Amino acid sequence: MFLQDLSGIPGVSGNENEVRKYIRKALPSRVKADTDYMGNLLVNKDFKGNSSARFRKIPRIMLAAHMDEVGLMISSIEKTGHLRFKKVGGIDDRVLVAKDVLVGKDCVPGVIGAKAVHLQKEEERKRPYEVKSLFIDIGVQGKEEAEKLVQIGDYVSFDSSFKSMGDNCYMGKAFDDRVGCAILLEMLHDHQKELPPFQAAFTVQEEVGFRGARTAAYALNPEIALVIEGTAASDVPESKDHEHSTTLGEGPAITFMDQSVMVDRELMQRLVNTAEKNEIPFQFRRFTGGFTDAGAISLAREGTRTAVISVPCRYIHSPFSILKESDYRHTLELVRAFLKSFIV
Amino acid sequence: MQKLISKFTETFGPSGLEDDIRRVIYEEVKNYADEVFTDPLGNLVAVRKGKDPRLMLAAHMDEIGLIITHIDEKGFLRISSVGGVTFYQLIGQRFMFANGTIGTVYHEKVDSFKELTWSKLYLDIGAANKEEAAAKVSLGDMAVFHHSFVDLGKRYIAKAMDDRIGCVILVELLKRLYGQKVSQELAFVFTVQEEVGLRGAKSAAYKLAPRYAVAVDVTRVGDMPEAPRMDVSLGKGPAIKVKDSSVICHPKVRDLMVKTAEKNKIDYQLEVLERGGTDAGSIHLSREGVPSGVMSIPCRYVHTASEMVDGRDVENGVTLMEKICLSPEWSSMGQ
Repeated sequence: MFLQDLSGIPGVSGNENEVRKYIRKALPSRVKADTDYMGNLLVNKDFKGNSSARFRKIPRIMLAAHMDEVGLMISSIEKTGHLRFKKVGGIDDRVLVAKDVLVGKDCVPGVIGAKAVHLQKEEERKRPYEVKSLFIDIGVQGKEEAEKLVQIGDYVSFDSSFKSMGDNCYMGKAFDDRVGCAILLEMLHDHQKELPPFQAAFTVQEEVGFRGARTAAYALNPEIALVIEGTAASDVPESKDHEHSTTLGEGPAITFMDQSVMVDRELMQRLVNTAEKNEIPFQFRRFTGGFTDAGAISLAREGTRTAVISVPCRYIHSPFSILKESDYRHTLELVRAFLKSFIV
Repeated sequence: MQKLISKFTETFGPSGLEDDIRRVIYEEVKNYADEVFTDPLGNLVAVRKGKDPRLMLAAHMDEIGLIITHIDEKGFLRISSVGGVTFYQLIGQRFMFANGTIGTVYHEKVDSFKELTWSKLYLDIGAANKEEAAAKVSLGDMAVFHHSFVDLGKRYIAKAMDDRIGCVILVELLKRLYGQKVSQELAFVFTVQEEVGLRGAKSAAYKLAPRYAVAVDVTRVGDMPEAPRMDVSLGKGPAIKVKDSSVICHPKVRDLMVKTAEKNKIDYQLEVLERGGTDAGSIHLSREGVPSGVMSIPCRYVHTASEMVDGRDVENGVTLMEKICLSPEWSSMGQ
């Protein structure tokens, strides 16, 4: 299962190698795939058999999903052998303490530690831990021992095991945006004749400001783009109804705007009409914050009409998110139906 | 020109939904340009053909607004901002959707305005329940201030002076240049999505690859009671921008603008805007770089329902832009 495999791979922004390697291996044979200078994996899916007139007017379509995930980076090593770190991408400081992590290329296991609660002063107990007061403990004594295993600049990712759970849900790390990568892979494996050609971009460095997508979109120069994401669902007891953003189980979330893009309204309507026609459940992403690769793609070269569709995921940008299998499946169905809608 | 200001400012066109205002502007420019087209993001481009160097003139069509993020069981709409909207400017204001639906903004109980957040505001369109509301509007629909244009004599107030006044100036300019011989090529660009990050201008500049650019926008003024310090006043002429937070205007372009104003005895002011950006911020960084300037119309109460400009600044602005466009110095400017 693509999602399970992809979720388990460490791939913090700028360190997407292992994710890319997996995707390259998982690609069907006979598709053309290139890695660009930034590290984006660009794949061309063209059905040679479909040169009929119905396929001739199809615009150049780019589908994009980002390979990177949020994580940490080692910034210094203490005398005691504990590792100080900085965040890579947006993570809430308060989710970090006591989590298992993997450090560096060799995936050295560690735990994010803090001063023991017994030893904290009254005021310290009232304040949430800040990143600068935390450290990673890899179970060694002294700087020299630590330096044998890790070095400054090493990436750190959460060590979270993927599980099936509850009512057809999955939990795991990095659903933002391995869920998009998994859907893209499934699209590339789709052997239905009735699918128009498209270009798939597995991008890098989205979490630090949608950087990979800039060069990917420049290279592919599409007319139309669809970004496939994992987005925040906030259908939890502490949020009021109008603060849910998206809801698990209600289908793919269609974006109208976020802080990086105003979605092309014709494409948005096409997604809605396609979902209705094919009886695929969908919802709108009822939140205008956040950013995605669409911000870069829509402004590439002369401008690209761009839309965004997301699988709702609770607790993104933390060691574990939860998504629902039906949302994944319906998102895949909607992406496929959307592509087909361009065949005259 | 007053008619045009009234028409442009009262037309609907928040960032990302510029269809209506584009149609209105298209009707005004179509007979005065050699070529008119719309690009993938929706920028409207009107070209007066000519020789090199190509000069890009930009004014943005979009305005700030609200977007619906939720419709509740009782028919109230929850909202978020499109562009730089401040909460406390909204209370009690009327807003209008593209289909004509009108509503007013109010807030949940708060003890102080400091507690206001987007989550506590709502838009009431007079619907009794969700079904009634959904019959009029949908999630993702946008609304703009519902305020009419008012002529106060020499000064005008309206919503969306930012930057429909720039659009008016470009349209008037195109009309004035009609029949006149223009040596350099002029691309009049009515851009989209300026209020959400100078976006439309970026792709337009890439496509047009101009040699130079001048953006026309509004700027803040400091001549009101206890206003933040800003040495630009209403009625003292169009402002020639030195810098804002998106661009440091190219000194040669700025000098050309200043010299042109002085030569033609047009009142002008120099503008240093601490916070704020214009389309020139995107344009000057396009491709290999585009030396850019900005002419700003002084405007009070920017990003409110009643933005105020002085008609004489607008008139002078058109004349200054006309002289700037006709300046023979562009071709000899060098980089």
